[in-house]
Amino acid sequence: MTSHSVQPEVETVPASTSPRQRWGHALLRQPTGIAALTYLVLLVLTGVFAPALTTTAPDAQDLTMVLTGPGAEHLLGADTLGRDVFTRLLFGIVPSLQNSAIAIAVFLAIGVPVGVVSGYLGGKVDQAVSRIIELVLAVPPIIFILVVLGVFSASPAAAMVSLGILAAPGLARVVRGATLLVREELYVTAAKVAGVQPLRIMATHILRPVLGPVLAQATVFAGISLTFQAALAFLGLLNSGEHPSWGGMIGEAAQVIAQDAWLLFPPGILLALTVLAFGLLGDAIRDLSSGEVAPGGRVRKRVRKSNPVIHDVGSETALLKVRGLEVSAVGKARDVVLVDDATFTVRPGETVAIVGESGCGKSMTALALLGLLPEGTSATGGSVVFDGKELLGDGPDPYRGIRGSGIAYIAQDALGSLDPTHTVGSHLAEVIQLHDRDSRSGRRERAAELLRQVEIRDVERVLRSYPHEISGGMAQRINIAIALAGRPRLIVADEPTTALDVTVQAEILRLLAELQNTTGMAVLLITHDWGVVADLADRAVVMYAGEVVEQGPSDRIFLSPTFPYTSALLSAEPSRAVEGSRLPTLPGRVPSPGTWPAGCRFSSRCAFVQDVCLVSSLSLSWDASGESATRCIRADELVPEGALVP
Amino acid sequence: MLKLITRRLAWSVPLALAASAASFLLVGMLPGDAARSLLGQNATEQQLTEVRQQLGLNQPLVLQYWNWLIHALQGDLGTSLINKASVVEQLNERLGASLSLIIGATVVSAVIGVALGVRGALRGPAGKIVDAVSVLGLAVPDFWLGLVLVLVFAVQLAIFPPTGYVSPALDTAAWFDSLVLPVVTLAVPATAIVAKQARDAVATALSRPFTRTLRAAGVPEWSIIYRHALKNAAVPILTVIGLVFVGALSGTVAVEFIFAIPGLGRTAVEATSAHDFPLIQGVVVYFTLIVITVNLLVDLAYGYFNPRIRLS
Repeated sequence: MTSHSVQPEVETVPASTSPRQRWGHALLRQPTGIAALTYLVLLVLTGVFAPALTTTAPDAQDLTMVLTGPGAEHLLGADTLGRDVFTRLLFGIVPSLQNSAIAIAVFLAIGVPVGVVSGYLGGKVDQAVSRIIELVLAVPPIIFILVVLGVFSASPAAAMVSLGILAAPGLARVVRGATLLVREELYVTAAKVAGVQPLRIMATHILRPVLGPVLAQATVFAGISLTFQAALAFLGLLNSGEHPSWGGMIGEAAQVIAQDAWLLFPPGILLALTVLAFGLLGDAIRDLSSGEVAPGGRVRKRVRKSNPVIHDVGSETALLKVRGLEVSAVGKARDVVLVDDATFTVRPGETVAIVGESGCGKSMTALALLGLLPEGTSATGGSVVFDGKELLGDGPDPYRGIRGSGIAYIAQDALGSLDPTHTVGSHLAEVIQLHDRDSRSGRRERAAELLRQVEIRDVERVLRSYPHEISGGMAQRINIAIALAGRPRLIVADEPTTALDVTVQAEILRLLAELQNTTGMAVLLITHDWGVVADLADRAVVMYAGEVVEQGPSDRIFLSPTFPYTSALLSAEPSRAVEGSRLPTLPGRVPSPGTWPAGCRFSSRCAFVQDVCLVSSLSLSWDASGESATRCIRADELVPEGALVP
Repeated sequence: MLKLITRRLAWSVPLALAASAASFLLVGMLPGDAARSLLGQNATEQQLTEVRQQLGLNQPLVLQYWNWLIHALQGDLGTSLINKASVVEQLNERLGASLSLIIGATVVSAVIGVALGVRGALRGPAGKIVDAVSVLGLAVPDFWLGLVLVLVFAVQLAIFPPTGYVSPALDTAAWFDSLVLPVVTLAVPATAIVAKQARDAVATALSRPFTRTLRAAGVPEWSIIYRHALKNAAVPILTVIGLVFVGALSGTVAVEFIFAIPGLGRTAVEATSAHDFPLIQGVVVYFTLIVITVNLLVDLAYGYFNPRIRLS
């Protein structure tokens, strides 16, 4: 196998656009990057054609014009010796950029190979290199460059080479970090397995993806080297020959600052603009290479649809009423609906499960209830009423007094839900203080009580522990304790056991059920696990592709589902499989938001699909008891036939 | 924690040694001749040879370094070739001015930079404004900014003295006044750097899942930002504050020149142009020790803010 056969296809764009074109397109969306690039190109051209653009020589003295301000004869005035400032600025461009180019060349020549080798080889080499990098970075560069300038009689080239050497470790660090990421990519492993030489891998597979950050660093460093050489020239430490230098011009201006300040500004502003341009170009390149091109669209103010009027069971006694909830991702071109017409009710003390495959909008629904949707998404319609209070209203902070004490929340990522820099005790103390204005000792007592409630024995030790010192199961117990601190009436638990070990899962679920018994709170459980539904839930709400397709008492749903999706999910449940027979699977996947079919959203995967399903969909239709609802247009035929019995 | 301190301290020793050796080699390459610097142009060849013998200049560089090191470890960095004064005494005299400047600039940039960064990390247009301010702050060369500040606040408005430094022991108010402009000069780019890093770090911390859990528990937004996100962002922010300190140390070279402040930076320039070898070597040692101390403090602060580092 040759190395070519394992050449990876890194680009994920259609073959019609080359990487260069893609960069070009992306760059067009970055106006500041374009402006900076344009400025720099113009600057270079101006510098190269300086003799043609000026009428005098940079060192031609006109003693009659000493310290005249800008005018017709001298566009930007004349300096202390009557030399034309404009001409001197222009003649300073090329030497300045040449000096910077030297520094950048050294910076790259050392930083890139050292970083790539160190990151790719790892181990002892990496350790040694890291130590040396640390050492060089501990030295303030200016002091060494002063000495170097002494050795090499004020040579700008020597100063720039030293600057490049002393700054290179910083680049090596960045390159090393980027290399570490790329090294784990599959195509690099593939190349290794195929026996490609390490040097060749580094030169081709590693170098190309690392190029973005390198280019960004080099651009920013260009600005730094310009400032640095100007500072040295200003201090009179550089021997620039007969060329005027911007830093030197600022130095000359400083001599006469009390008499005439004008001379300070042309070189200073030109220098600042150039450094600014390099900085902006560097930022643009960094954003491009990390694929973080900022969306240009404005965020629309959220417009809520009118609330649909729905009469279902228990409206009067309900703790939580969700009606026609719509959640959308607010995009620049159009909003994409993620959850559509979610309607369900949770009564005091009961457990309701929201069930469905991933990507059905379960978590979005849960987060919308708490007003904690991620950035870029928002509730765009419907209503959420908790304990008689509308939470999607426009009032000032409708969640004040609700979060924590009315509705609490337990997330899937148990450890990630705890702040790594605070102890368990600190977490609990903070939430306890929010809900009970107790004394310090009272808070301590309450924290211990909460931990005992979640069946933690070693209370004192756990209170002192940091999140990284405890297990996932323990962390989830603590999250439950935090949720309980405000004595909530409803806990929203978003897949609370999915990330835990199987043995721990059962314990946590048992704990939740027990706590519900003792405290009488309601639980809204988000899950994809029918076993959990069977164990805990009084009622189940099945979601598919952003909408509720069926809901009702769990017992009834297990025995006689009224929507083909529910039926298919239940049949595919391993725990319900008949031994010895083949486990049925549900082929296909949930269509992603924005690509939902026009008719019934399940029609593309439904075994009972008919033409009518493709054109019309049904809103939730409730049965006579008001307990159950289905969205299947054929439910009236399929259910009596027994076609949906899992 | 104690283990961390000892480990970092142990690593500082080779660091200081390597830096001093490297500088000694470099300084040894300086053209000119210490003996001639001492005796002047009219010295006879015999006089020169004698002085070289006295100073040990005929010995190999490694041996010279060894002798220097033995003395340095006893707190003796030799005497200046130019004014024959003790290097340590001279530099100690000038340390106060430089430290006032650097610490002042670091504190100012840390406070304002973190405040700007936090503001920029929150949703809304503030982030764009913080970005713009930090890009501008980085672009303006510090030495030029210093001159503009002198022009506006000293020459034209006459609010602050244009140059000079007053020891706080003599007159605290005058000391403060003499520091305002140079500290601002050093702090502007430093603030830009801190603001940018703080913004990224706080935004990253705010996007972590625990902020959602805290919000859901009813924890107010100010606590999520300052008690939680900022504490999680502390390590990268501290790193950049350490870098800013080192940057300000380098910045003293130009700033002390502009404001005629008798500090280490100006000494460095003067000593290099005068080829005063022991003094240059002394400045290198002081600079390096300051950097090592700051890095050590930053490392220890990591341990305070990140419990994981403290325990490992």
